[in-house]
Amino acid sequence: MTDRTTYVQIRHAQKAFGTLEVLKDISLNVERGQIVAIIGPSGSGKSTLLRAINDLDPLTSGEIWLDGVQVNKSLPFRQYEKHINEMRQQIGMVFQHFNLFPHMTARGNVTMAPKMLKGLSDKEADALAEEQLDKVGMLERIDYYPSQLSGGQKQRVAIARALAMKPKLMLFDEATSALDPELVDEVNQVMKKLAEEHMTMIIVTHEMDFAAAVCDRVLFMDQGVVVEEGPPSVVFKNPEKERTRAFLRKHLETAS
Amino acid sequence: MDTDLMLRVYPFFLQAAGTTILLSVLTALLGLACGTLGAAARLSRFALARFLGAAYVSFFRGTPALIQLFILYFGGPQIGIQLDAFEAGVIGLGINAGAYMTETIRGAIISIDKGQREAARTLGLSRWQAMYKIILPQAARLMVRPLGVNLNMLIKATALVAAISVVELTYTAQRYIGSTYKPFEMFLLAGILYMIIIYATGRAVAWLDRKVQIV
Ligand SMILES: Nc1ncnc2c1ncn2[C@@H]1O[C@H](COP(=O)(O)OP(=O)(O)O)[C@@H](O)[C@H]1O
Ligand SMILES: [Mg+2]
Repeated sequence: MTDRTTYVQIRHAQKAFGTLEVLKDISLNVERGQIVAIIGPSGSGKSTLLRAINDLDPLTSGEIWLDGVQVNKSLPFRQYEKHINEMRQQIGMVFQHFNLFPHMTARGNVTMAPKMLKGLSDKEADALAEEQLDKVGMLERIDYYPSQLSGGQKQRVAIARALAMKPKLMLFDEATSALDPELVDEVNQVMKKLAEEHMTMIIVTHEMDFAAAVCDRVLFMDQGVVVEEGPPSVVFKNPEKERTRAFLRKHLETAS
Repeated sequence: MDTDLMLRVYPFFLQAAGTTILLSVLTALLGLACGTLGAAARLSRFALARFLGAAYVSFFRGTPALIQLFILYFGGPQIGIQLDAFEAGVIGLGINAGAYMTETIRGAIISIDKGQREAARTLGLSRWQAMYKIILPQAARLMVRPLGVNLNMLIKATALVAAISVVELTYTAQRYIGSTYKPFEMFLLAGILYMIIIYATGRAVAWLDRKVQIV
């Protein structure tokens, strides 16, 4: 699309689960190649916002746009299913608990969707699996099942699985939160590498150092609103809002 | 105990056991078909299908199988359903077993972590693709043992069709009691044959269960 339209746009996102308002009018623009971190206390709506972007949790109102196309446009059921499946192919998502398919090897996990949805031949799919698993440093384990991998290895395979669809945008929902501390770094390294390749990413994280190192912009969310946003140097070092300061202070205490 | 008599009638019982096995196989296949449809209905996004699935399960699990067989075999002709005893046995027991299998299949499907479906949908798979490529292969492995329990129950339930005169094991035992007046030997012989069938089935299920485990 044109360079003028922002790559990813969230416009006035609102989301309620029953009477519980989880997202209260959130707007966010992400340029192509930008990396945005979302931080905030537990229950502030970070996951819900991320899951709204690929419509896993449909918004109550508001719009999501990716590369000039509205993700959550209103269409009759069947047409919408077709549309959303196409959109989701362009949006990679990485979950806190990996959600690898346990009945498939690393290779199977990576090749399943490209084979099924893009009609890759076995040979093409194998080449793709090797390429993507190599990128995350998991080539030697290509024929291992998830149950034979450590948490960090599982998450790297999950990243390769998402990358194999050649997404325009990657979403990470606390990708390292479920990992033992010594396994966090191997996953962070992979994400850093993606950052260097200018992958557009939205990263929900509670690792402030990592966010400061790789992100162009940081959003601080609390109780369903964006309290503060800006470059990491400002949000982390010199936040304007008292709520942000309180959160960072508390986070530092618990982290140390 | 008259073991000579048992050995003499044994070949006829063996033949009857063949009928019991055939009845069990056909019932299991019909049950599996009904169970699959029932589970699909119970998990449908359409409320009417969910209601019909739930009604099917409630009715067939909530009334005695013997009454269901009687309704079908004796009551059927009144509403234009003419079946011979064997057909009525297979259809009646199959639909009954399907109600139990509906719950087994549904239980296995809903026990798969919802993160699996989400990961599949996130990659762009449709509902159906996520179901048959991701959910069902995992659920199928969980189903083997509980379906084995359903199978065990179903084999024993085939004894009920003696009541509508299908010449299977139980009916054969009853017939020989009529001529020999030796109920202990005749029922014991039938019981032993049932046990062999059920034991073999149990072993087969356990083998299959091991076979389908991932790693
Ligand atoms: N499916 C759901 N149904 C009901 N409430 C939900 C659901 N998902 C999340 N919530 C609620 O929405 C709020 C925000 O959750 P979440 O987006 O997961 O927060 P975060 O990721 O920032 O910890 C929480 O109060 C949570 O309990
Ligand atoms: Mg969360």
